[in-house]
Amino acid sequence: MKYAIEVSGLAKRFGQRSVFNEFDLLVEPGETLAVLGASGCGKSTLLRCIAGLVKPDDGTIAAHDELGLVFQEPRLMPWLSVERNVAFAARSDVERARVKEVLDLVGLSPAAHLLPKELSGGMAQRAALARTLVRNPKILLLDEPLSALDALLRLELQSSLAAIVRETNSTAVLVTHDVEEALYLADRIIVLEGTPARRSLELLVPPSRRRSHTADLTDERVALLGALGVEGRAPKRAHRGLRIVAP
Amino acid sequence: MSRPRATLLALALPVALVAAWFFVTSVGGIKSYQLASPADVWRELVTLASNGLLWKNLAASFERVALGFGVALGVAIILATAVGLSRPLEKALDPTLQAIRSIPSLAWVPLLLLWLGIGETPKITLIAIGAFFPIYVNLVSGIRNVDRKLVEVGNVLGLGRFDLARRIVLPAALPSLLVGARIGLTQAWLFLVAAELLASTRGLGFMLTEGQQIARTDEILTAIVLLALCGKLSESVMRAIEARLTRWTDGLPA
Repeated sequence: MKYAIEVSGLAKRFGQRSVFNEFDLLVEPGETLAVLGASGCGKSTLLRCIAGLVKPDDGTIAAHDELGLVFQEPRLMPWLSVERNVAFAARSDVERARVKEVLDLVGLSPAAHLLPKELSGGMAQRAALARTLVRNPKILLLDEPLSALDALLRLELQSSLAAIVRETNSTAVLVTHDVEEALYLADRIIVLEGTPARRSLELLVPPSRRRSHTADLTDERVALLGALGVEGRAPKRAHRGLRIVAP
Repeated sequence: MSRPRATLLALALPVALVAAWFFVTSVGGIKSYQLASPADVWRELVTLASNGLLWKNLAASFERVALGFGVALGVAIILATAVGLSRPLEKALDPTLQAIRSIPSLAWVPLLLLWLGIGETPKITLIAIGAFFPIYVNLVSGIRNVDRKLVEVGNVLGLGRFDLARRIVLPAALPSLLVGARIGLTQAWLFLVAAELLASTRGLGFMLTEGQQIARTDEILTAIVLLALCGKLSESVMRAIEARLTRWTDGLPA
């Protein structure tokens, strides 16, 4: 098994609009891939196709390990306590025994007995993450999981998320529209653009500067913002150590 | 608002009504064969309580309401779940059920008497028909309005149809079911009177018919007061159950 996720020849249409056509993507085991793009570029659709929530019109998608998906909203069952929400995903006694462990991991043990309505936004999203982790998935699909949180809380949860991905040795695909979040969490970043979506940029974050909020990633930032059409122009090729894979 | 103050406020209107009733029957010149006074009703109540007829009638009515409501609750949960979860089944069943729903309660009486005789069965059936529809209608709409995003969580976790219904859809629709059950129980008491007009020998509805036949307004009013109290009591019990089971909802406090 060379890759954790293999998407090849993906095609997906919503009515007249072709979101994907002949789209390929490979994700290596243990890698964190960030998918950046403006709203409506298809990045969520890609994730939902991988998760099996959306049926592709064509192409094959293979995930060579158990998948866990975290949504943009917590989507907790409002009638269950935090602990029972986490246990909701457990299928076996082994997984049920993991509930306390994952609550510890996300720092929610003191809130285990609270109802979702009693949680802050950050706590609720941690609970949702714990629910996903209880099955011990080797592949984490993260659909803008932090975009509903305020800026400071987002930084804090980014660190937790990075630590959890490292500790659980997971492969992760993070869909986001936040360049800083992608630069902080990802090993590799792709930018999607156009209809049907194609990569307008793909780059590697230098290993020495990963998982740091203060690393100098100016070149990467400029390149990504350019590719997103926010500011400047997308670079045509690598320069000054900028590791562009594609186009 | 403090609790004693709320209770006081709720009691103000009933007390005023009894006072007005007392006034018109004592100095208002209304004869007791037209309208018995509160004192007459109280005397009748004490008599019935001491000779045991009160408990016999109350027990009979309570039993019928409980059985009819129980049957309605069971059937409504099964049918509403099926209809709520399956569009084809909704298309097949819902128009018929809506048509049956619009039949007035008394229209059932002759048919039930013919089909089921004059025993307990037609009475309980009529009460069940009355209680069924509010429960059914509310639960179907509750199931229809379950947050699609929660169902998607179940899809991601690979839950089958049965587990989706049992673990997500029905718990999420519980508040609607409880609202329906509360209205259904009130309906059960309304249909009880219609049911007990069918050849019965005990029950609150029987007290009404008997009071009318022997021209005793005190007996009629006693039955009416008892019906009001029973209806209010069961509504309060249902509200308490509702409040307990739906503490997780994030609405405004009632």
